Amino acid sequence: MASLITCPHCGVRPKEEFSIRGAAGPVRPSPSARQEVWHAYAYVRDNPKGRYQEYWHHAGGCRRWLVVDRDNVTHAVFAVIDATEWHKTAGSRI
Amino acid sequence: MSSFRLDAGGLVNRSDALSFSFDGKSFTGFSGDTLASALLANDQMLVGRSFKYHRPRGVVTAGSAEPNALVTVGAGARAEPNARATMVELHSGLSAVSQNRFPSLKHDFGAVNGLLSPFLGAGFYYKTFMWPKPFWEKVYEPLIRRAAGLGKVTLAADPDRYEKSWAHCDLLVVGGGPAGLMAALAAARAGARVILADEGFRFGGSMLSETVTIGGLPAQDFVRQTIEELATLANVTLMPRTTVFGWYDDMVFGAVERVQKHVSQPSADLPMERLWRIVARRAILSSGAEERPLVFGGNDRPGVMTANAARTYLNRYGVAVGSRVAVFTNGGSGYRTASDLVARGIEVTAIVDARQTAQDTVPDGVRVIRNGSIISTKGRHRLSGIITARSGFEEVISCDALAMSGGWSPIVHLMCQRGAKPVWSDEAQGFMAPDVGAGFVAAGSAAGVERLSDCLRDGAAKGAASAAALGFAPYDVNTPDVEGEYDPSFAPLWYVPGARDKAFVDFQNDVAVSDLGLSQREGFSHIEHTKRYTTAGMATDQGKLGNVATIGIVAGMRGVSPAEIGTTTFRPFYTPVSFGALAGAERAEHLRPVRTSPLHGWAKKNGASFVESGLWYRSAWFVRAGETGWRESVDREVRAVREAVGICDVSTLGKIEIFGSGAAEFLNRIYSNSFLKLPVGKARYGLMLREDGMVSDDGTTSRLSDSHYVMTTTTAYAGEVLAHMEFAAQTFWPDLDVRFVSTSDQWAQMSIAGPKARVVLSRIVEDDISAQALPLLGARTVTLKGGLQARLFRISFSGELAFELAVPAGYGESVADALMDAGRDAGITAYGVEALNVLRIEKGFVTHSELDGRTTADDVGLGRMMAMQKPDFIGKRLSTRFGLTAADRLQLVGLKPVEIDKEFKAGAHLLKENATPSMANDQGFVSSVCHSPTLGHCIGLAMLKSGRERLGERIHVWDGLRGTDVVAEVCSPVFVDPDATRLHL
Repeated sequence: MASLITCPHCGVRPKEEFSIRGAAGPVRPSPSARQEVWHAYAYVRDNPKGRYQEYWHHAGGCRRWLVVDRDNVTHAVFAVIDATEWHKTAGSRI
Repeated sequence: MSSFRLDAGGLVNRSDALSFSFDGKSFTGFSGDTLASALLANDQMLVGRSFKYHRPRGVVTAGSAEPNALVTVGAGARAEPNARATMVELHSGLSAVSQNRFPSLKHDFGAVNGLLSPFLGAGFYYKTFMWPKPFWEKVYEPLIRRAAGLGKVTLAADPDRYEKSWAHCDLLVVGGGPAGLMAALAAARAGARVILADEGFRFGGSMLSETVTIGGLPAQDFVRQTIEELATLANVTLMPRTTVFGWYDDMVFGAVERVQKHVSQPSADLPMERLWRIVARRAILSSGAEERPLVFGGNDRPGVMTANAARTYLNRYGVAVGSRVAVFTNGGSGYRTASDLVARGIEVTAIVDARQTAQDTVPDGVRVIRNGSIISTKGRHRLSGIITARSGFEEVISCDALAMSGGWSPIVHLMCQRGAKPVWSDEAQGFMAPDVGAGFVAAGSAAGVERLSDCLRDGAAKGAASAAALGFAPYDVNTPDVEGEYDPSFAPLWYVPGARDKAFVDFQNDVAVSDLGLSQREGFSHIEHTKRYTTAGMATDQGKLGNVATIGIVAGMRGVSPAEIGTTTFRPFYTPVSFGALAGAERAEHLRPVRTSPLHGWAKKNGASFVESGLWYRSAWFVRAGETGWRESVDREVRAVREAVGICDVSTLGKIEIFGSGAAEFLNRIYSNSFLKLPVGKARYGLMLREDGMVSDDGTTSRLSDSHYVMTTTTAYAGEVLAHMEFAAQTFWPDLDVRFVSTSDQWAQMSIAGPKARVVLSRIVEDDISAQALPLLGARTVTLKGGLQARLFRISFSGELAFELAVPAGYGESVADALMDAGRDAGITAYGVEALNVLRIEKGFVTHSELDGRTTADDVGLGRMMAMQKPDFIGKRLSTRFGLTAADRLQLVGLKPVEIDKEFKAGAHLLKENATPSMANDQGFVSSVCHSPTLGHCIGLAMLKSGRERLGERIHVWDGLRGTDVVAEVCSPVFVDPDATRLHL
């Protein structure tokens, strides 16, 4: 029926404006990385129950890719960050 | 007037009589009535037949938990089945009919099921109808379905409209009874934006049914005064007739407002119902408590109803539920009902109290049978008596209605919809609301508070606390004094032993105590299994009335506390919500948007037939006078392009403008082929891969200036390609300066193709468009005669000399008209996507029929477009995997039938000669097929194992689906003009 996402650019918006792409964890390997690394990037995903970071595209809004950090059981949202920012600070995250 | 309507009292307007019909018979009620109260006033106690046994059933409640009084309201396209008569607001001309009976409510053939009831216990259909096996689907199930059931849905289109809205508030109060009204008032006075929603058409809840004095006023006047104050407050939104049915993520509540269900002549300007999504910072559940029926033999006889319902009909609607009423109770509610009935001059024949002792006030002259029970009831279509038992002594007591009270269950549904389970309280003998955090709390009797005065106080305190927590200045709330209230506490009594007749726990589903016993004996003892096996708690009432008793009885059978049994799962919706409301405006042609090209009007007037392509309507072919089939039109269009000139609407292709100093580098990484050195004024065909190395989409991209490109995508993938590029730009390479904007809808684009294309086009273009000025793959801005700026690309999807002309969308039709005029003498012909498809198959050009997500660039003969010297592009690394470069991969080839008049279809599989059709022998499949008017026979494109090495081989085109087997020769996929001389004219 509904849930709300606070877009860092547009404010509180209904989930219907977004499309979801999946885990935000995997980072695109360097072109010279081993094939196993690329295989893992393209095909292997965790399917965690609980806290999870995924890409949400604000397709019906600012068209920015966001990372929604949420609990996929309770839908408690801990943070919504622009994906560019998220990747910039990736090193400092736990 | 009938004998059951009292001369005075209640909240009905006796000067506003409303006529209505039930089962074709005319009745009169008053404004302020529900259908149920009006039927009872007219001595119509029998209102339905039960689900399984077809037992006569009457009204049991006065609210939304009603299990029996389900009727079909309205007629024709507006007929609504399973409406609860207790919630249907009476209006003039209302027509209702009873359900699940034949031929009539009083004489129902299905009642024979009652005699067979020993064989129809829980799960009977799993056991009884096992043989012969095919009979289940063909005979038994249809028979059972016909015999059992509720109302029938109409198949006529709904003539009404529905809408959806959002609302926002600081505090949502669900339920406008004592606690809800005080909560709303307290929070509103503090300044919070409050929404007060109630499922009924009148606020006040139980206060409308009680004969008490609140703040010195009769309860009904106190309610009126409170509502009047709330209505004057600008920060309060009152939503009557609005059921809050669900609690969702992020404090969003779903609610349905019955905007004009209660109106005789619905206005076309208003929706019938409105679906609300209410975003609340905080919420209070003040939904009250449900009175439990008692479970005793014959407790489903029409005339047996809850004590609270009897009191509500009396005090709110001025209707006596009988002329001689008996009471069966285990607490204060039964006594209060007896007192109110006596006060209105109605005879109370006895109060049967299951308890040994009680402190409740007994009305003068009424006999009380303490420690008593009821073991059976009498009467056919209406109760005529009860058989009581005390200390082994039986007695028949005559009565025409029985008010029963089995205690109270807080209505905690909404708070349990997101995983939290209600909590059993031994003290209150009921399931209490779970703690779901400070944002959503229960108040009043929903929170287990018993007395009216305490409910008022609890509501006020929680309303004030909610406002204070949201930062509003504290407001001192005065709770009004209550005089004359009663103590509704009760002693537990789940089941009355000694039943002589079926004792029902779930009236709507005909589930009796014996069924619960059977399910325990047969191993379906978990409460969720018990529910599914017996159907207790299913259907429209979802166990609102019977679930707690079911749990209590199962607990008793197993010798444990109800806490150990637990409840079944609570899910939205609280009460049934119509599909109309859920669909809102999204139905029929409004289900999804329709996209029409800017050239739609032009195509239409030129005779186009349209085909849906995603959301788009594209012109498929253009019929001319005398043509008898689509093939004839398509063949003519193809010939015109090959021999003269054609014009085709290609506006639906995705168009994405790309800007920025990093655009060239970005395109170089997003496409598999090189884009870095594409000069200004040139277009290039590009191939996009997925990261796994498979082709995802193709199209042309043109460089209009140093830092400005325009990309085209396939029609279907325009949205995906834009999202993909945004993803890559924002997450892979955020340091590249590149921006995108979709302009698919802003440009009308037409392809002008054929040997005479340049001649015709030059008649409307000012600029020089000769082969020298605009060579193959040229892309530039031109000025049309008259001054319009346009974009002209020399690109071809037909293999002919061709141009794509793009003009601002609003000019599309007039430019297309001008081209038709300019090309008339050259024989210009409008062609559609069917001809477009034939033209590209003749040339071996691929579409998503070939690029189906399983093909690599090399598979479709585009291996040269893999610029492996580039340091990186999406899909590069994994495209070199062994599996993607294996020699036996399916490769694109052409197919032509050996016997030239034979035909085959796309989807057919390829087999070697004499091979039997099997997965192991599968050599590939046919991806695209057409009749080639240029060659005069059927041709196809196919994906064939090691296909490029097998040109000239004969192969079987086996089509198991259509039962054909045609021998074809494997050939080059380029059937027409293999040297591409025509392209360079």
